[in-house]
Amino acid sequence: MTSALGSVPAGPGTAPRPGGADPQRPVRLHRKRWGRTARWIGWLWVLPALIMYGFFVLRPLVLTVQYSMYRWNGIGPARWVGFDNYLTVFTDRDLLKIISNAFILIIFFSFIPVALGLLVASLVRRITTGPGGTLVRTVLFLPQVIPLVAAGIAWSWVLSSSGLVNQVLRAIGLEAITRPWLGEFNTALPAVGVIGTWIMLGLCTILLVTGMSKIDPSLYEAARMDGAGPIREFFAVTLPSLRQEIGVCLTVTVIAALASFDIVYISTSGGPGIQTTVPGLEIYRLAFSQRQVGLASALGVVLMLLVLLCVLPIQRLTRGEKP
Amino acid sequence: MPEFSTRFTRRRLALLVPLLTAGLTITACSAPGTEQTTSGDSDAKVSTELGTDPITLEMYAETGFPLAKALADEFTKQHPNVKFNVREDQFTVIVENAPRVLSSDNAPDIIRLPTMVDLVKDGLLKNLDPYFDAHGWDKFPASQLVQLRLTDGGAQRGSGTLYGMGLGYSVTGVFYNKKQAEQIGMTQPPATIAEFEDLLAKAKAADLLPIMQFNKNTAGINFPYQALQNQFGDASQIADWIFQKPGATFDTPGSLKAAQTIEKWAKAGYFPKDANAIDYTAMMGEFQKGNGLFMFNGDWESANLDKNMAGDVGFFLFPGESAGAKHVAMSAPNTFGVGAKAKNPDAAAYFLNWVHTNDKAREISVNVGGSHPGGPSDLALPAVGDGTVLAETLKASQQLGADNGAVDFTANATGGIFAAAITPEMQKLIAGQQTPEGYVKAVQAEYEKELSR
Repeated sequence: MTSALGSVPAGPGTAPRPGGADPQRPVRLHRKRWGRTARWIGWLWVLPALIMYGFFVLRPLVLTVQYSMYRWNGIGPARWVGFDNYLTVFTDRDLLKIISNAFILIIFFSFIPVALGLLVASLVRRITTGPGGTLVRTVLFLPQVIPLVAAGIAWSWVLSSSGLVNQVLRAIGLEAITRPWLGEFNTALPAVGVIGTWIMLGLCTILLVTGMSKIDPSLYEAARMDGAGPIREFFAVTLPSLRQEIGVCLTVTVIAALASFDIVYISTSGGPGIQTTVPGLEIYRLAFSQRQVGLASALGVVLMLLVLLCVLPIQRLTRGEKP
Repeated sequence: MPEFSTRFTRRRLALLVPLLTAGLTITACSAPGTEQTTSGDSDAKVSTELGTDPITLEMYAETGFPLAKALADEFTKQHPNVKFNVREDQFTVIVENAPRVLSSDNAPDIIRLPTMVDLVKDGLLKNLDPYFDAHGWDKFPASQLVQLRLTDGGAQRGSGTLYGMGLGYSVTGVFYNKKQAEQIGMTQPPATIAEFEDLLAKAKAADLLPIMQFNKNTAGINFPYQALQNQFGDASQIADWIFQKPGATFDTPGSLKAAQTIEKWAKAGYFPKDANAIDYTAMMGEFQKGNGLFMFNGDWESANLDKNMAGDVGFFLFPGESAGAKHVAMSAPNTFGVGAKAKNPDAAAYFLNWVHTNDKAREISVNVGGSHPGGPSDLALPAVGDGTVLAETLKASQQLGADNGAVDFTANATGGIFAAAITPEMQKLIAGQQTPEGYVKAVQAEYEKELSR
């Protein structure tokens, strides 16, 4: 949550100086006034951005909240229904399942990539600082660069009944467990999750490797002198030092999981049944195919609140001063 | 550090509050949407003359179906003062965009239509009754246009005012791979459902895939499902349900029996094991590669199959329970309508009339679109090559017309029924996650939910 808005420097140094108070007064007044104008000029500079922000972020946000109180098909007359749409969101069995799907995806989009990312980062830390470092970083970051739609298509081939995964399984004699991974009820959501893991792993690893390079090497030396092995070293030095990086990873990936759309839309379209339908997909369907703009808006607002509910504690836990 | 961040938050709040208030006061005063002005243009003067002034017709058509563009090009050739500006999208995209595009100031003159009910309710489509009279469309068989009629305000489909015309009238049935049919000893199309099931079993025994059908994204297995439903139940009941007649229900013994049959076929392995992971394009590819004896589909693929599997494909209408049963099949116009805000409605209607009556246009409808061109019953059908599947689908189309057995797709009953109920529930049914009883009840429940809105 850092932004240029907040970075206006705190006023000029005001350490009291002994003596000569009188000649100081007018100067300080002048300075103060100047400081105030400067602050407002600062606002003027960001005004174009603020207008854009207000028009394209705040206005739609307010409108969405307003729409969520109506029953409206997007074109014709709207009818005020108060909180009925929210009641539907919290009582409709299908919608609740759809919301729970998003939470299951958090495991695959956040927890697994962060855990794997820590492992991979510890392993490649030394390589990335060496001569082949750029190559390693590029390879790790590649999934982030590939458009999600392309990734979704490629993965739906890999996971199809004649795809790479099943070919490998057949080759090693595991014919019995081959299946259309994205088309079967029990495996579809985990299969979509695996795609998410693949995409998020690179991002997490790169962030963690960068974080590790900032850790003071003397800490490791001290740990080793105290007789810590590599595992002890990891838990005593690496992990605590990476608290903020892990916080960023979790924040970004949890939002990606709860607001996921592209991968699911491309790989399964939410099927089979509603096994892989996520709120993002359902909002789009409700608004544009079933033309229930009110209900879609209500689900959108609920989704936003859920994201905040998950992300704010993470921020609080990982952002504070180190103990 | 913490000091800084609290100051930052406070400052940001101070900024957010006035902005939010401003946003609220600007936007939240009035309810969204507009009150509908009823389009009372049924008595308006219309012209059947095209004139000679240069005009450009805005057309919004479906990607992957070259018919509309081909007809537009031919029309411009015959009438050089009329140019077309064609915009193309996938059908699902048109479904989503149609209301917004039609309500914009730049509404298309001619547009490929999804289900029309909502559009008529919102007053977005031109009433075509004046053109019906002016162009003499009463000479067309009445059944041709019945699906395109809506009662006042869009309450019911199947009677009332005309809101669309077809660019071709498609018929659905079963395509079969002739080589594989020969392999299992099928010499002629099955005459009864029992015979059809017998062939399925033989194909399975011969290690062939009996039915290649997609079921990903949208429920392709609704094709065989409705084919069975049409025969097990009363087709007029299904039509009533689609047309939203009061009291019509999906929960009938025929629908249930059809669901039980689909469940049985799925358990017997007559559909691809991964049907829920096969989409339409994949199905077409697999069938053309020779994977699958049967495929339930429509005549829009005839020209394509004649090109890619020349001589190897046959077509038949799905049979009834007894040998002499009347043929019933899903058949629907490729509906095009005229926007209520269209700038050149007279020319658009002229074009639609031309498509049905001009010899060259009818020829294009058949050869490019693969479907019956519609139009007056006394006009001869364009000639097609012998032994092609196109000839077979065209013949089937005439047979269906003679039996008066055309039914619309259940997927068109309401705007959301296909995506919200039929597709997910059908995916569950074939995977053993839903019972036949549950399937029928779930579809009806969603239907009632949508109609109560």
